[in-house]
Amino acid sequence: MSDTTLGTSGTGSPDGASLYDRDHPAPIIEPPRQRTAKSPGTRARGNFEMYGWLFMRLSGIVLVVLVIGHLLIQLVLDGGVSKIGFAFVAGRWASPWWQAWDLGMLWLAMLHGTNGLRTVVDDYAERPGTRMWLKGLLYTATVFTILLGTLVIFTFDPNIR
Amino acid sequence: MATPTMDKVEAEASASPYITVTFRIRRFNPEVSAEASWEDFRLEIDPKERVLDGLHKIKWELDGTLTFRRSCAHGICGSDAMRINGKNRLACKTLIKDIGPEKPITVEPIKGLAVHKDLIVDMEPFFQSYREVMPFLVTSGNEPTRERLQSAKDRERFDDTTKCILCAACTSSCPVFWNDGQYFGPAAIVNAHRFIFDSRDEAGDQRLEILGGQDGVWRCRTTFNCTDACPRGIEVTKAIQEVKRALITRRF
Repeated sequence: MSDTTLGTSGTGSPDGASLYDRDHPAPIIEPPRQRTAKSPGTRARGNFEMYGWLFMRLSGIVLVVLVIGHLLIQLVLDGGVSKIGFAFVAGRWASPWWQAWDLGMLWLAMLHGTNGLRTVVDDYAERPGTRMWLKGLLYTATVFTILLGTLVIFTFDPNIR
Repeated sequence: MATPTMDKVEAEASASPYITVTFRIRRFNPEVSAEASWEDFRLEIDPKERVLDGLHKIKWELDGTLTFRRSCAHGICGSDAMRINGKNRLACKTLIKDIGPEKPITVEPIKGLAVHKDLIVDMEPFFQSYREVMPFLVTSGNEPTRERLQSAKDRERFDDTTKCILCAACTSSCPVFWNDGQYFGPAAIVNAHRFIFDSRDEAGDQRLEILGGQDGVWRCRTTFNCTDACPRGIEVTKAIQEVKRALITRRF
């Protein structure tokens, strides 16, 4: 019976003497965002997370129909991708039905993706500052894209030069 | 010229149940080094023994500084949950022959909790979450003079979640908990489930309120790590989903 030590074990300094002893133990390695005695006070209640979770499920179902329909029309049916041009888009957006379709797709896809990324940030970003900045960037990009897309769908002018 | 006695001794020696197993243990001692490191121990052991027996053998015969928790050693107290070959298990319920003793058996502390020494972690954050879901019977009115009766069907409703031994194998196998210790974790939800679905209890709404918040059940990603890890075979993910369903049906 024997034991072999793998890698560097124990001693913290090169001359063999440890930096740490009984009276000066090394710091404990804390896991990210560990719960402390103060945590319960800052616990957020409310139903926002539930509505967020429900929205993901419902918007997901609607998006399957909207996106697959969109892809079929744009890329497969009636000549496929070669038919797409300014005239094709202009013709489609002349109809309120396709305006509503694209508007719904824009809003649902953006909010679905944003909510998904928000949970990813919540899951993986450890420092409060990082979380704040990442979410700020995310929400800014979302608001910008949604507003710009909505503006284009409603103010699209087929006679533009 | 072998005598019958010698034959018997030789036969016994050749049919020895012992094999050589390597235990690769994650060691950490803050009084020696700030870094955790792997250490190998080779020992002769019967493969029908448990991982805990191997750890005992190391502690008693090879290296007395090896530190780990264990109390009953029979899968009831929930003290010796650890990460064995990359999976959370109870050392006292894991037979060496079942986890491939030809290769080194890795033993680590459970993840997501601060390691104090070797395999010992700080369980306080885990128990704090447990306390927050109020894991006790809450009733109103006068206390009955005899026991609170319940039909077999009502008891069956939460039977699965009564089996929890609070070993933290589920919570410390959850990837959300690894990255964000604020999440309640599967074990707290399981113990809330045990009272939320108890027909005698009256604080179900309060518990749902707690678990419906920012760090509650909605952070579950249904990876089923907890169900895989549970040494008691509790369907943990199913219990979490049932709490989610209760939260939704309460609203709509």
